[in-house]
Amino acid sequence: MNKMVDGTKKYFKRNAGILIGLALICIVITVNSPQFLTQNNIMNVLRQISSNMFLASSMTMVLIAGGIDLSVGSGIAMIGVMAGTFLNMNIPIPVVIIICLIAGALIGSVNGTIISRTTLPPFIVTYSIQSILKGGTYVFTGGTTVRIDNRVWTNLGTGYAFGVIPYPVIYLSVVFVIVWLVLNKTKLGRHIYAVGGNEKAARFSGINVIRTRMFVYIFSGVMAALAGMVLCARQYSGNPLAGDGAEMDAIAACVLGGTSMAGGYGFIGGTLIGALIIGLLNNGLNLMGIDSYWQIILKGVVILAAVYIDYLKNLKKSKAN
Amino acid sequence: MNILAEQYLLEMKNIHKRFPGVYALKGVSLQLKAGEVHALLGENGAGKSTLIKILGGIYSKDEGEIYIEGKKTDIKSVNDARAAGISIIHQELVLVPYLTVAENIFLGREPKKKSGFLDEDEMIRRTGEILNELGLSIRPTDVIADLNIASQQMVEIAKAISFGSRIVVMDEPTSSLSDKEVDMLFANIKKLTQRGIGIVYISHRMSELDAIVDRVTVLRDGEYIDTVATKDTTNDELVAMMVGRSLDNYYVRTYNKCEKTVLEVKGLNNNKLHDVSFDLREGEILGFAGLVGAGRTETVRAIFGLDKLDSGSVKLDGKELAGKKPSEILKAGICLVPEDRKAEGLFPEMSISFNETLKVLDQFIKGISVDHNKEQEIIDRYIKALSVKVADVENPISSLSGGNQQKVIIGSWLAAGPKILILDEPTRGIDVGSKSEIYTIMNELAKQGVSIIMVSSELPEVLNMSDRIVVMCDGRINGVMDHTEATQEKIMQQAVLV
Repeated sequence: MNKMVDGTKKYFKRNAGILIGLALICIVITVNSPQFLTQNNIMNVLRQISSNMFLASSMTMVLIAGGIDLSVGSGIAMIGVMAGTFLNMNIPIPVVIIICLIAGALIGSVNGTIISRTTLPPFIVTYSIQSILKGGTYVFTGGTTVRIDNRVWTNLGTGYAFGVIPYPVIYLSVVFVIVWLVLNKTKLGRHIYAVGGNEKAARFSGINVIRTRMFVYIFSGVMAALAGMVLCARQYSGNPLAGDGAEMDAIAACVLGGTSMAGGYGFIGGTLIGALIIGLLNNGLNLMGIDSYWQIILKGVVILAAVYIDYLKNLKKSKAN
Repeated sequence: MNILAEQYLLEMKNIHKRFPGVYALKGVSLQLKAGEVHALLGENGAGKSTLIKILGGIYSKDEGEIYIEGKKTDIKSVNDARAAGISIIHQELVLVPYLTVAENIFLGREPKKKSGFLDEDEMIRRTGEILNELGLSIRPTDVIADLNIASQQMVEIAKAISFGSRIVVMDEPTSSLSDKEVDMLFANIKKLTQRGIGIVYISHRMSELDAIVDRVTVLRDGEYIDTVATKDTTNDELVAMMVGRSLDNYYVRTYNKCEKTVLEVKGLNNNKLHDVSFDLREGEILGFAGLVGAGRTETVRAIFGLDKLDSGSVKLDGKELAGKKPSEILKAGICLVPEDRKAEGLFPEMSISFNETLKVLDQFIKGISVDHNKEQEIIDRYIKALSVKVADVENPISSLSGGNQQKVIIGSWLAAGPKILILDEPTRGIDVGSKSEIYTIMNELAKQGVSIIMVSSELPEVLNMSDRIVVMCDGRINGVMDHTEATQEKIMQQAVLV
């Protein structure tokens, strides 16, 4: 019990900067829009952040392991189109889910194999794979959207458990718990920190660096598949444009949450707050009726401000040392 | 000017520095004469680095005064220090690797032509002058990354000279140099002193003191102990001043009967090694001597599966390990503690406990259940065994002093409970008191039947700790001798024998 209190204290201390940011955003939106604090809207926001949170969860691991995965955005589009096509061929839903997850794992293992077996930079490798997937999806669809009429499938993205909690929020919770457990309670988790913190030392410590890297990229591919399936169910269609730039939102959520882009440092709990900030921003700016072009600018400003607060906090800490 | 008072080049008087929770310097003084090499001695955490950082303008002092050539000087920033003629050459060199020597020396103050473009000819000409003056065979157009560490150090010195520095601080300049390179460095230091430059010299190698140092100031736990002339003191007296007690049994070794062979290495060949064969017995300390580049580190890397082998076999208790991955070799019971423990052993962002237990996660993590009591037990055991000074094991390891970081890392390998422990330069960068602790632990492990391969460039260490000594030269084993017949001369003969 004491340990839990300690853990909670640590969590607030570590994330003080962005928690304040999150609170500020909530206050501003609440003052400006009475709809914001309704149960309906909150569930809506949670549903909206689920796709980003899937990607951000695995991205946290990838970044901690010293990598980056830019291919997840176009993975979303590819998987959405793929799921739609298979559903329209009347393939049973469980089979579609399994095929999609395997496809995601395959994308991840291509990334992982190239990155862990060569010294090619992960940025370029996953950027190239992103381009290949994106192009492939356009070629396959001819640029058009694949409609999904399967109501059971779309319900998996749009429906509610117990009439209140959107299904995606449940998937999200499961993913969050899994990632938290892996990072904090398993050997694999410590190996991920070790590989990103000092690859040479990890090798001397007898850690299988290749296998650790493979895991994070495969997991990342699987999360992209999950996000792709949920998004196409929510949108009643597989859209080759879906997920465009989603990898950047995921990275932003991680960095807002304190994860280092240089590897070796990061926390899934912080990423959750990061994803909330980005999600609330989108939602709140909409509610406040702000022009959508302006929203893009404001998003940049708020993210910059949030990481700057964090930087100031760290500066103070390093001065105290 | 007062002729009676001795004119010091640099005088630091009664310096105090407090950090939150630590009283780092308690009235320390240092007097440097022109043309002298003045060693600053003390264990890790004695306050040497803090004093140097105050001199270099990185920290500001709480109390005390600094005089340069008798004039009171305020040093508040790195630029102040530079303007006062102080240059500090850090242990980790701070040259830009892919720029040339000239570009590095003039970094940030490049001469420009009237057109505003760089005047490269001028840069190269002026660099050439400085290099010539120092008698160095380095060209101004050489790229830093192509130079060996000794040459890079010379470039740092040249840089200091180019600033017109009269006070040069060298922080462990020899820690990564070969014997030949050390000789070169010493010759250059002599040249500097002839020009009236004063040198503050920090080193853990006592043997270097007689070679070049004129006077020694000893610090202990942030306090000034004494300043003495090298020629009037023995190394033992200095060690006693540093640790506050005399280390009678500096090298601790009880020899065991080693008969059973545990590791058989046969005919290792790759691009760095030629037919390397030897065997290691149970409870034995096998010393590997030789010059830098002789293939000692390469041999242990090959055994640990880090470098590829063209041919050869490594048998542990009859089981073939050649061609296996480091992770499998570690599981089989062989640990390699690397030479550069900072770069190859440390996870600087992570906590002390993370660093201490990374190799033994199996012992307390099963699936997703972490046995925190067991974890704490492992940490306590090794932190105590190596007497690491720790406030909270959840603090990042970077909060510890360099020597304590080393001890945590070495402890993390000991925790793995290896059958065979390979130590590459086990005491590099470690202070005298801790060295003795590490020797004690090595001896204890050998007594318990652990076999140790110790690669070391410090001959006294090899001679006093090994059962047998392997001498390598140019990727080959030139000889194996028993400790009873080994002498410094015999080892050196074989180390350079063609």
